[in-house]
Amino acid sequence: MKGRLLAGLILVATIALVAIGTIWPIPSAIAFAGGGKEAPLGSSSTPQGAVEALGTQIRLRALNKAYASLSNKAEFTEDQFVHDLNGYALSLRTYATLDGVEVRPLHQSANDAEMVMKLRWSTVVGTFEDARDLHVVRSGDRWAVVWPLVHEQHVPPQVIPVNYLRWDVIYSGSGDEWGAQDVEAPHVRLVDMHPVNRADGVVVMGELLNEDVVPAFVAVRATLLAKNGSLLDSEGTFDMISHTLLPKQVTPFIIHFPGVDLSQVGSIRMEPVSVLVSASADPVIEIVGQKYNPAPGASVTGQLSNQSGQTVNVAHVLSTFYDKNGQVVWVSGAYIDRALHPQTPVDFRVPVPEDLAKNISKVSSVVSTYTTGSAL
Amino acid sequence: MTLPRSVTAGSSFSIPTSGNGKAVLYIVGPGQALRRAVQLGGAASIAAGDLSSAGHYLAILTGESSSDTGEFDVTPVDSPESLGFLAKPSRLPVGLRNGISGTVYVFDAYHNLITKPLPASFELSVPSGTVQARTVTTRNGLAWTAMDSAPKEATAKFVARVGGASSARVIQEVPGDPCSISISAHPNGGRLAVETAPVRDCSGNAITDGTIVTFTENFNNTQSTVDVPLKKGIASVDMPANKGARISVASGVVAGNEIRWDGGR
Repeated sequence: MKGRLLAGLILVATIALVAIGTIWPIPSAIAFAGGGKEAPLGSSSTPQGAVEALGTQIRLRALNKAYASLSNKAEFTEDQFVHDLNGYALSLRTYATLDGVEVRPLHQSANDAEMVMKLRWSTVVGTFEDARDLHVVRSGDRWAVVWPLVHEQHVPPQVIPVNYLRWDVIYSGSGDEWGAQDVEAPHVRLVDMHPVNRADGVVVMGELLNEDVVPAFVAVRATLLAKNGSLLDSEGTFDMISHTLLPKQVTPFIIHFPGVDLSQVGSIRMEPVSVLVSASADPVIEIVGQKYNPAPGASVTGQLSNQSGQTVNVAHVLSTFYDKNGQVVWVSGAYIDRALHPQTPVDFRVPVPEDLAKNISKVSSVVSTYTTGSAL
Repeated sequence: MTLPRSVTAGSSFSIPTSGNGKAVLYIVGPGQALRRAVQLGGAASIAAGDLSSAGHYLAILTGESSSDTGEFDVTPVDSPESLGFLAKPSRLPVGLRNGISGTVYVFDAYHNLITKPLPASFELSVPSGTVQARTVTTRNGLAWTAMDSAPKEATAKFVARVGGASSARVIQEVPGDPCSISISAHPNGGRLAVETAPVRDCSGNAITDGTIVTFTENFNNTQSTVDVPLKKGIASVDMPANKGARISVASGVVAGNEIRWDGGR
């Protein structure tokens, strides 16, 4: 009897709350549901409120309103503001959605304030953070943000001659006689392999070399076998490898086996796979000023410089970390959220687990690129 | 009926029968079956090309009141008509002993494997004129051999011949790993132009264009690296011109020399 009464009360309360929410919705709920004409502005009567309101407008893609709310909008056009947020060329930013905004005050006086706004963007390959130091100024009884527009550098119009090699492949066809040879798959070799036990499971990492004279599309699959020979788990590298390897190029790789402890593992079967593919030696990406930053906040930072004449839409930096004996201790990667324009350096930062940072004495990085209309 | 002990694939022959009346002759073998209406007392004719698959056959003659069975063999034609030639690999480094294998399967005009021993000759030649030749007797229809890749880069022609039949394959003999890599540097505007000497393997072959050479500049705890493909045997790149920087080079697992840039003095 009591149970029925309780169930009835819960039902009535639910209906009442749904009715209240429908009849008198809060502004942010209307806005995030795609309704309403106005974005749910935070109060611009405080510096933090003004920055939060700007973040909300960006999140809602109400970029015209966000632009209109800026204090320094006369210094740049709305298009420049939009490109600053979404990128000037097709890149990870183009299809990213703003997942969250974090605002942290640094300093405030009667007429201006300094704030940090961290924009956390979500993409198909993970999240990236865009931190902006904002100056906020008082204008009458309201506060407005001075937007620190990041001007993308562009090289002057010019012709850049490119004469790097390109490899094309003609495969055997169904009309060929029996026994007719096909093009040989590229010869690749694992030059290092190292399993490590981590809190979240086993990690297998190493390096793969294309020792052939032709380009290869590569992947590595690792299979963990228990001490009695039974299968524990089998995983591939997914994107933690540079898939296109030119002749004599080396790529690091890392494979995660969540939930497996190294003490369970009797042996590891490694299966490098290589396929002959059409490829180009262009674009050449230079890694400039690469620097290892020890803990706290251990990372590798530097800049990527696209030396070719074409825009690289997505770049992925893979870094290999070695100890003083030259043994691979970790492999980590980071995507670049902006397109790489010709000869225009772009910053990168590859994080390192804090507990491994003290063991690292050398770093090597490779860059894999994706350009519209070509394979990664 | 009187069956021959064996017949050659594709040849014509006849099977004499005895008795009276009508009968049907069935011939069943590997991959082939024939049916012939026969007047008993006469001979069943098998035309040229009717029985082409080599193997062991069963003949069944069924009449209105009696039946007879027998067996015979169809053997391949002795003269080879085509070859199945498997040459592996199609691409390998120079100077590899027994690195190339060739296996030949000998077939007659009806694609039967000729199991009779026959001399098979293999010939691996490069445009410079060097020829490696072997003759091997086929066994159970196949013969194989192994050849060395030449010390010099070339596109080799690998030919197998048995009787009047021949088959050719192309083998690319490509340079091996770089033997040594040496770099030099000179100022180029505000940058440093670094380039390799022509990169060669230990047999003196120029390393294939497109091979990646990695330049690394270490300066003041920072590093700049760039992967550059060889062009006309040389890799070159512009790097930051930092006085006191150490610049090294590597390709695959082969490391080259290291230079220290002292500002051009």
